[in-house]
Amino acid sequence: MIEGISIYEILTLTSILFFIGTYGFFTRENLITVLMSIELILNASAVNFVVINTYLYPDFLQGAIFSIFIIALAAAETALAIAIIINLYKIVYSVEVKDTETMKY
Amino acid sequence: MDFSYTIFIPLIPLALFLILGIFSKKIPPSISGWLGSLGLGTSFALSLYTAYHYYLEGKLNGVYQTFTYKSTWLIFSDKLHIDMGVLIDPISVMMLVVVSTISFMVHLYSRGYMKGDDGYTRFFAYLALFSFSMFGLVLATNLFQMYIFWELVGASSFLLIGYYYTKPSAVAAAKKAFIVTRFADLGFLIGILLISYYSGTFDFSEINNPEGYVITSWASTSFMGLSVMTWGLILIFMGGAGKSAMLPFHIWLPDAMEGPTPVSALIHAATMVVAGVYLVARLFPAFSFVENGFALEVVAYVGAISSLVAAIIALTQNDIKRVLAFSTMSQIGYMMLALGVSKYEGHEGLGYMASMFHLFTHAMFKALLFLGAGSVIHAVHSNYLKDMGGLRKYMPVTHITFLIAALSISGVPFFAGFFSKDEILAAAYEHNMLIYISSVFVAGLTAFYMFRLYFGIFWGKEKQYEHTPHESPMSMKIPLFFLAFMSIAAGYIHFSDYITADRKPFSAHLNYSLAAIATTVGLIGILLAYIFYKKENNLADKFSQAFGAFYKWTYHKFYFDEIYLFVTKKIIFGIVASTVAWFDKYIVDASMVGIGNVTVSFSSKIKGMQSGKFQDYAMAFVGGGVVLAMVVFYIWIN
Repeated sequence: MIEGISIYEILTLTSILFFIGTYGFFTRENLITVLMSIELILNASAVNFVVINTYLYPDFLQGAIFSIFIIALAAAETALAIAIIINLYKIVYSVEVKDTETMKY
Repeated sequence: MDFSYTIFIPLIPLALFLILGIFSKKIPPSISGWLGSLGLGTSFALSLYTAYHYYLEGKLNGVYQTFTYKSTWLIFSDKLHIDMGVLIDPISVMMLVVVSTISFMVHLYSRGYMKGDDGYTRFFAYLALFSFSMFGLVLATNLFQMYIFWELVGASSFLLIGYYYTKPSAVAAAKKAFIVTRFADLGFLIGILLISYYSGTFDFSEINNPEGYVITSWASTSFMGLSVMTWGLILIFMGGAGKSAMLPFHIWLPDAMEGPTPVSALIHAATMVVAGVYLVARLFPAFSFVENGFALEVVAYVGAISSLVAAIIALTQNDIKRVLAFSTMSQIGYMMLALGVSKYEGHEGLGYMASMFHLFTHAMFKALLFLGAGSVIHAVHSNYLKDMGGLRKYMPVTHITFLIAALSISGVPFFAGFFSKDEILAAAYEHNMLIYISSVFVAGLTAFYMFRLYFGIFWGKEKQYEHTPHESPMSMKIPLFFLAFMSIAAGYIHFSDYITADRKPFSAHLNYSLAAIATTVGLIGILLAYIFYKKENNLADKFSQAFGAFYKWTYHKFYFDEIYLFVTKKIIFGIVASTVAWFDKYIVDASMVGIGNVTVSFSSKIKGMQSGKFQDYAMAFVGGGVVLAMVVFYIWIN
């Protein structure tokens, strides 16, 4: 609970973060920066859990605990994604998105 | 009286065709020749037996009865059905005798004539097919069965004319014959459909029934001033005119001489070309009574004009087979005009009897003329008159038999042609004076061109021959003897006792004054030919030059071929067909291709959906999710 700030303002912040993340996922040209955008999305959802927990259900802890799960999930997923990118690099010798467009019409 | 055994008369040649056709490589030529001759000999014997029994015992109360044996084949409705069967009546029995006789003689002759040829077995197979088809046509019980065999006969004729298939002229002639007759058969088919639609039957006994629909109710429906039945009969006659080489459709007959000579003797002189005459005779009650014989007048005039034009053209031709082809056309014109001027009752039906009589005698002497011409062509290796002369010293039998046939066709007394031609002239005299005068003139022309041929081949100056012309072997002389005998003896048959329009025999007497006129005209023709052609002189050339342009026109057969080619190539192909072809290529085909192009362009526009960019796929995913969320939210609010 932070005095003077209502839940709406923090929820707005997390949604802005979420959409910045999705925007980045759609438009970035480097695979690593796409990964970073995914992190932003996950981070925004984690903050969302914590905020709803402290403002609406102050006597419980589930929200905060779940955000730790999200951090673990993000780490695993990033490791997996990096592994894929490394294997992809061995074939196309680039981490640019435009070199991965071979499976098309 | 049971005549069901007559079904074997066509079946024997059919079996022969199948055997000789399927096993043609394995049967040696000598066997196929014997087999064909034996089979046709059996059919010949059966036909004579049938004729003997029918003409002696087939009468009931003085009227010849019709015997039919048929089974229903296709049923269109409960009244309209096509049968297959056998019809025995005076003209079909007569035609059986004619066809089997000539076919048998041609088989015997071909054994010697075609010896050494590669396709010997194939030839006999085709001859057997033709015999089967012709027998089937003659024995047909209804219009449709006759049409089926009509087409079969046309197909056999195609195969036989194009027998020497490596010669382009033979192939072209075969195509021409088939196309022209097929075009005429279009008229035949439309006529059949018209008549069967309005009268509800295909059967000859129903159509010819004096109490049936056709003869009593022909006036009920009319089209453009004539009854529909009359149109049907005229169209049926169009089919007959095509097959019998009557005037607008005659162009195939001279070219059909490209086939081997026995084929010309069998098909294009004695049997197939008379199919049109037989058709009109078969439907004679209908022709006679519908619209008071209007269709019959058409028949008469077409026949008369054809006989005149053909006789004029025959005067100028140099290829002996062409002369004989035009002669055939002219004599068939006689048969048609005899039918055309005939009425129905008793002695009024003289034309009908005369036409059938002339069919019989003509088959005999025309086949003999062709077989003789075949021997001559074989001896001098050329078809042209200019390469022949003085052959009477080398080929005495051919000479005498050819002379007998020529005398017969010219109407010299005591020969068969005299009797039959005279009956035709008597019938024409009694009913139509203009046709009578034209026919007498044609008789004179016939004698002239026939003896031009005779003197040109057997008298005159001898030409340089590659090797001395020799007479044919005995096996080929037997048919010549038999046909020569028939060319004299057939005239003494009292045809009016057997074949008449109303089936009751009557007695026909020779009209001595008309006979005298005809004989005189014939003898004048022979005399003129003797003067012009017996010894080499240039009287003929001077005479033809006096005619100038008319001679040129006649020599080119009045340019019928050129006119038809012009009409088909320039007008039909050039204007009508090319417009339709343009329409087909640029509008019909283009719309089909256009439909394909629409699909292709549409697909090339939406192929961007599979761009291979995962970010686009994610966009689509999220976009879909947003739309779904909006929908759910909207429903939740309401």
